Amino acid sequence: MSEERDKTAGMPSSGDTVGTAGEAPKETAGTVEGKEQSGQEQASANAEPAAPAAPSSAEASAAPVVDPEREAKLKAAAEAREARAAAKAKAESEAVPEEPKAPSPKQPILDAAVGLIRTEVAEDAVEEAYINELNGHMPVIVVKGDRWSEVAALMKNHAALGCNYLRNVTGVDCETHMEAVYHLVSLESKQDYAIKIKTDREAPSVASATPIWATANWNEREIYDLLGINFPGHPDMRRIMMPDDWVGHPLRKDYEPLDPEV
Amino acid sequence: MIRTEELLLNVGPQHPSTHGVFRIIVKLDGEVITEAIPVMGYLHRGTEKLAEDLNFTQIIPYTDRMDYVSAMTNNYVLCHAVETMMGLEIPERAEFMRLIVMELQRVASHLVWWGTYLLDIGAMSPFLYAFRDREMIIDFFNELCGARLTYNYMRVGGVKWDAPEGWLDKVRDFVPYMEKKLDEYNNLVSGNEIFLARIKGIGQYDAQTAIDYGLSGANLRCTGVDWDLRRAEPYSLYNRFEFDVPLGKTGDCYDRYLIRLEETRQSLRILKQALEQIPSSGEVMGKVPRVIRPPAGEVYVRIESPRGEIGCHIISKGKAEPYRLKFRRPSFVNLQILPKLLVGETMTNLITILGGIDIVVGEVDA
Amino acid sequence: MEFNLEKITPEERRELERNVFMGTLDQLKAWARSNSLWPLTFGLACCAIEMMGTGASHYDLDRFGVIFRTSPRQSDVMIVAGTVTKKMGPLLRRLYDQMPEPKWVIAMGSCATAGGPYVKSYAVMKGVDQIVPVDVYIPGCPPNPAALIYGINKLQEKIRYEAKTGKRVTSR
Repeated sequence: MSEERDKTAGMPSSGDTVGTAGEAPKETAGTVEGKEQSGQEQASANAEPAAPAAPSSAEASAAPVVDPEREAKLKAAAEAREARAAAKAKAESEAVPEEPKAPSPKQPILDAAVGLIRTEVAEDAVEEAYINELNGHMPVIVVKGDRWSEVAALMKNHAALGCNYLRNVTGVDCETHMEAVYHLVSLESKQDYAIKIKTDREAPSVASATPIWATANWNEREIYDLLGINFPGHPDMRRIMMPDDWVGHPLRKDYEPLDPEV
Repeated sequence: MIRTEELLLNVGPQHPSTHGVFRIIVKLDGEVITEAIPVMGYLHRGTEKLAEDLNFTQIIPYTDRMDYVSAMTNNYVLCHAVETMMGLEIPERAEFMRLIVMELQRVASHLVWWGTYLLDIGAMSPFLYAFRDREMIIDFFNELCGARLTYNYMRVGGVKWDAPEGWLDKVRDFVPYMEKKLDEYNNLVSGNEIFLARIKGIGQYDAQTAIDYGLSGANLRCTGVDWDLRRAEPYSLYNRFEFDVPLGKTGDCYDRYLIRLEETRQSLRILKQALEQIPSSGEVMGKVPRVIRPPAGEVYVRIESPRGEIGCHIISKGKAEPYRLKFRRPSFVNLQILPKLLVGETMTNLITILGGIDIVVGEVDA
Repeated sequence: MEFNLEKITPEERRELERNVFMGTLDQLKAWARSNSLWPLTFGLACCAIEMMGTGASHYDLDRFGVIFRTSPRQSDVMIVAGTVTKKMGPLLRRLYDQMPEPKWVIAMGSCATAGGPYVKSYAVMKGVDQIVPVDVYIPGCPPNPAALIYGINKLQEKIRYEAKTGKRVTSR
């Protein structure tokens, strides 16, 4: 169950409500898990039927219809989430501290980064931004595909962000769309970010980050080879792992091998 | 007049010094390289696609075979990723056992690197010395988990078997023996004039290049950047031990060589401390549910393997199998600097530079 | 009595040729070949590390006369150690063709034997015997150096047996 998120803002609201409804229990479960370190089965079991959503499901934004109201909507969504979390916590009757969802300690960093991107690049460059609590509260920003090169340059060159080290580029084949996830870190401040760019499945293409971080070169070639995502702007886009005359992209979910018996 | 032409040479997949099946297409002008194009994928086994059908305990043997020279660190990165996702608590003795085997593995891996690197450069005996000492470490692992190379030792929540009787004492006796041997090896090689002439000043790059290319491990620290994941983003119990992180100054092959030898010494130091502090009894497996089912979400963890930063990115949909499992392999990322370093070098230095980056082709291809 | 040499079958001819003198010469050749098997260094994956460990000082291979040669033109046996992928297959066949006769192949490890743990993978060739004829299979993942030495000994026995009896152990 994943919502249909297009690159352009302004999706029909039905998709968004489904997304928001689905994500809230999962988010609560995430916090509950984060609090109770013993790995409760109950919490994860509750989370599973409630939110088998793809991890790209939005946690932060409600309907991204009008951007200047997004801050207000974010607050409203957060408050609604808190109310739901409070109700759920009471229903489960656990000894949870006073506020059911404490704001994540990295939230201000995320807000600062999102604010910077919005002011420096474009108002609508950021599609969603949330904190991945499972992963040590890593800020995750979902960026719109056509703004990615500028956002990348900003993340590297801006003094406050200064992400000079690209750690990892992953390509993901979610069944409805494809994603590229970039993990960045700033060696000085030791702050890490994850940036996701979504693209569609028929002609997937994400602007290449090779001009900005040279690490991305072979990583993107590997993603092109195995998943078929095109990276315009890449100096040398060809297959790296499979032989040059291979047909198909093996890591896709619908890949059929030509000769399974060999 | 002498007419020269550009020669296209294939340093082919089968070659004694390419550390596995790795191919470089080299354009030569006399003895000087004008362009080098690495070709890989001769060992691409599709681990990531296979992982989508297996549950996490079944993926652990596959991680062994990626970086087969240091298999314990690969085991650990997968287990650590799943444990971070599920928020599990690991008993202390298990964590100590993990740390001890990981540091022993670091010593063994650096010994393999040292032996084969010097074999490539032309010295035969260090290879035999290195493998003799590595046999001792492998005997320890054999006693512990039954396998010499692909251990499958760690599980989500702890380790599979506890140390047998007397194992820790044997390791305790091994540490001073190995320190003495390291001094011997330093005396044997590091002052040798031929060796120094072959390795000093070769393959130099500066810190900005290293950061741009995303290098990690000794390749990054040889330029002076202080980034060791055991120090910068501590995992496991590394913040309880004292150890130094050796840094280089010039960023050439000689610095990488010295850093790796020093890292071995520091690993022995950590081992000594860990062997004193390990609790004498305890469980080795935490409270883990029968079916390992992490909650839906994604996680990216990274640890410091002997080759650099190995990372594991898991995207899970709440099932027992991962939806997408990606390993950030250090050898793959470190190798990107090879075409840049080789321009203008002679053919003899190609082998030196390639060996200095310390790649394992199973990891480059995964 | 007429003794027409053209009308005898090839098997009978072979038996005739294998008289005492030629038989002993064959056995002598086989003894020499088996005691100085020179393998081609063809380590592909993890089994290569075990092969290196076997060649090192603890499990010495030099005492069997086994010296690793790096060029296929100078080697007798090809020890395929590791996973053979579909990209590597044609090159392996080319290297096998470059080896001069008599040549043998040892498939070391379960990946070379039948695909190993990667048998369900899209990029792995399930067994090297699909492209080259294999004489000895050594199971294991990776096989112990002692197992590799056992496999090499088996190959030596096979060479001597085939020369002594003229029979082929497997149908090639």
